[in-house]
Amino acid sequence: MARRTSPARVAVFTALGWAVGFVVFFPILWMVLTSFKTELEAFRTPPSFLFFDWTLENYAIVQARSDYLRYAMNSIVLAGGSTLAALVFAIPAAWAMAFSPTERTRGTLLWMLSTKMMPPVGVLVPMYLLFRDFSLLDTHVGLIAVLALGNLPIVIWMLYTYFKEIPRDILEASRMDGASSWKEIVFVLTPMAVPGIASTILLNVILAWNEAFWTLNLSTIKAAPLTAFIASYSSPEGLFWAKLSAASTLAIAPILVLGWFSQRQLVRGLTFGAVK
Amino acid sequence: MSIKALLAGACSLFALSVAGASAETLTIATVNNGDMIRMQGLTEDFTKANPDITLQWVTLEENVLRQRVTTDIATKGGQFDVLTIGTYEVPIWAKQGWLVALDHLGADYDVDDLLPAIRSGISQDGKLYAAPFYGESSMIMYRKDLFEKAGITMPESPTWDFVADAARKLTDKASETYGICLRGKAGWGENMAFLTAMSNSFGARWFDESWKAQFDQPAWKATLDFYVDLMKDAGPPGASSNGFNENLALFNAGKCGMWIDATVAASFVTNPKESTVADKVGFALAPNTGKGKNANWLWAWNLAIPAGSQKVEAAEKFISWATSKHYTELVASKEGWANVPPGTRTSLYNNPEYQKAAPFAALTLASINSADPTHPTVDPVPYVGVQFVAIPEFQGIGTTVGQYFSAALAGQSTVDEALAQAQQYTTDEMTAAGYIK
Amino acid sequence: MATKKSTRIGRIAVAPSVILLFLWMIVPLGMTLYFSTQRYNLLNPDRSGFVGWLNYRAFLTNPGFTTALVNTLILVGAVLLITVVLGILIAVLLDQPIKGRGFVRLMVIAPFFIMPTVSALVWKNLLMHPVSGFFAWIMRSLGLTPVDWFTHHPLLSIILIVAWQWLPFATLILFTALQSLDLEQKEAAEMDGAGPFSYFFEMVLPHLARPITVVIMMETIFLLSVFAEILVTTQGGPGQQTTNIAFLVYAQALLNYNVGGASAGGIVAVVLANIVAFFLVRLVGKNLEA
Repeated sequence: MARRTSPARVAVFTALGWAVGFVVFFPILWMVLTSFKTELEAFRTPPSFLFFDWTLENYAIVQARSDYLRYAMNSIVLAGGSTLAALVFAIPAAWAMAFSPTERTRGTLLWMLSTKMMPPVGVLVPMYLLFRDFSLLDTHVGLIAVLALGNLPIVIWMLYTYFKEIPRDILEASRMDGASSWKEIVFVLTPMAVPGIASTILLNVILAWNEAFWTLNLSTIKAAPLTAFIASYSSPEGLFWAKLSAASTLAIAPILVLGWFSQRQLVRGLTFGAVK
Repeated sequence: MSIKALLAGACSLFALSVAGASAETLTIATVNNGDMIRMQGLTEDFTKANPDITLQWVTLEENVLRQRVTTDIATKGGQFDVLTIGTYEVPIWAKQGWLVALDHLGADYDVDDLLPAIRSGISQDGKLYAAPFYGESSMIMYRKDLFEKAGITMPESPTWDFVADAARKLTDKASETYGICLRGKAGWGENMAFLTAMSNSFGARWFDESWKAQFDQPAWKATLDFYVDLMKDAGPPGASSNGFNENLALFNAGKCGMWIDATVAASFVTNPKESTVADKVGFALAPNTGKGKNANWLWAWNLAIPAGSQKVEAAEKFISWATSKHYTELVASKEGWANVPPGTRTSLYNNPEYQKAAPFAALTLASINSADPTHPTVDPVPYVGVQFVAIPEFQGIGTTVGQYFSAALAGQSTVDEALAQAQQYTTDEMTAAGYIK
Repeated sequence: MATKKSTRIGRIAVAPSVILLFLWMIVPLGMTLYFSTQRYNLLNPDRSGFVGWLNYRAFLTNPGFTTALVNTLILVGAVLLITVVLGILIAVLLDQPIKGRGFVRLMVIAPFFIMPTVSALVWKNLLMHPVSGFFAWIMRSLGLTPVDWFTHHPLLSIILIVAWQWLPFATLILFTALQSLDLEQKEAAEMDGAGPFSYFFEMVLPHLARPITVVIMMETIFLLSVFAEILVTTQGGPGQQTTNIAFLVYAQALLNYNVGGASAGGIVAVVLANIVAFFLVRLVGKNLEA
């Protein structure tokens, strides 16, 4: 029983956890620090950590130059919309495959994943032609469809895996009680699947948020998300690392906040499962 | 065929929906370089004079911009009304009939004021298919203080032997000072832009008049041997992945004795807010070998209108404004003469105020004037372009050849191997593309 | 245990996704197959027409093809190995009592939020640069010569960057799965006096088998088409040391604007991906049942 409570144990793991977290997080920390430096300072050797003239000038430039809020709104709409769309189709599919598998389930799952194997750049021109012909270029609908379809296999797979973890006996019990399939989903399975669904949503939002091929190539202005915002700061002629760092910090800020809240959701899901 | 029919239908639908709008909105695709960004801040001057036109900007980095506008114009997607394109694209696209000839730039536009080298690169049969927004060549930027300390004087037009000799003398690896920083990162617009321009000064060429690749010729071997040896002795570590910005960062941090790159860099290296060596930089023409060509290139970013656009008139108005003398004066009055987009008009270089504000003006002009896109090197060539070959296949071939050459620089293959691979690859591609019968 | 009724409902539930994905796959695939037999260069539309296998032959006999194939496999394999092993360790670590666990978890997940091009630019210029990078500074402070990452270890550099981006994905999935490991089971194991190692190998690892499979399958799909990181750091060089299949397809599509060649390359990539997936399923796929 010593495993759980010993303060020494907590201290060791806390130190280790923070050390690992810091190492993994360091490149981002470095980027955020760089965003408060001047372009000149960003390249000073030896590098300065915290003791430099902190400046907000990069953020001021980014703010003056581009309409950050419009890009951010588009990102939210695209990431949120595509995640929602994918979930609507994925939850029933994953549920069915997890709880009443047929002999074809495994094949279907693998086939779904294989739809993602086409390198996007190889289909750019065909897709562009399709989008043009259906007047979908630079529309939210078009991009939401592409992102949702692109991530659908991933969403189904993740949900399937999590659903599989749900103990069978609970399901049997509710069936004995005469619960219908739909009630099964709504009242029994969904609450138990919350952590899984939450982490699926989080991952899918991130994937959609960072998708930088279709969102760049199929949008112009109206639907252009933060990937396009970033593309206007990366690699111009001239020093750009501090400005790019500022733009990137702004681009990840919303999703970092989402990550913070959603992981509280994950924890709540966990305690639910433990109490059951 | 059904696809074509479909797309014709979609195009006409699109055209209808566009024509319906009363106030016109121009969507302008542009590159994220400083001069273009500055223009976006000054558009009020234009919209005040043209209240019926609204401007919308799509600002992208060079690679993304290029793939975006190329896909759109080639598939007639109709997403943009004004395009920012390089001197590489203009002749190819004009030949395809994808660009509107700019015949109505206005009475006071003064086409003859455009620098002849720039103008010839974007004209076809005497017609202008794009208007230059800013132009650049390449030159040597060097550290006057280091040269003085080493007791060397940079001539105005040095030879490669002088440059190599000086670079080796300036190198002090212990204090992280490298005699010369040159591009090494693979890519048609990266190391190949520099190496092609350099090879011109050595008398090499990409193709002979019947499109046969020339990498098996001694002039190319001389070029590449010289480059690799020089960089091995006097270049910085990591050179094989350095492009324009990496070298700019090194130079501004005081790590390079010399740097040969775009003239536009002059304003960055002399800007005390970005450079630790701002007051110690001198300029000289790109080196030569006495064969009559200097190792400098010619590039311009231009504004153009896609064929089939419904807003040609408004677009032409905008282009005329953005590339006019009036715009130059506007920038000068608001942001100072040093920030005026360079390299497009003779009148700018005759302006004493500009000469005063930009100490590198004379050299920039000399560099631009010494480049000739139709006769880039010593021997005759069948193509247009100084540091590139203006054929559709060049981006791909140039990038692969760039990979071979960066391997030679990194020491992973020999110069002879790299040249043999380049020769083989280029010949195969040109045969497949139908140039070599 | 699946009743007839639930099977039918199951079919109905699965159908929309299957139909959508089928359309999503078949329409572009059909167009791509069509274009792959055509001579079609976006910049040179006059030379067009049916060319049969020519595009495939050109793609497969490209001198860089074999190297690219090997690089692709190394990249995928190495990144999988790094992310799965480290992902398991970190997931187990995060499952321990840690003060401020929420914050640590967020730090570990954070790299996934960064766009690939940005993280590649940050790694190349701010961290790995042999003169002004942070790593170079550490090496010099220790009296060592800085590693010239992109010259001497170009593929390893790319692997590190990509692995850093995908580590959070593995960690998040494995960590979520660990949480569903019953508290009762954990306690039971402790009652039995199981040591940490036998607990890990007998309880944790078997429990993670399926999520690990999922991580491997999904990451493979994404890793097979990595090219943004390569484009902004090395453009496939020096030589062809960092050229992978996806970069070759990119070169066809967006440097050559050779739609026919890019389509053929895309089809080749799909075939290769399916072969890789086939072996993966052989290796790890048995976990999919159960």
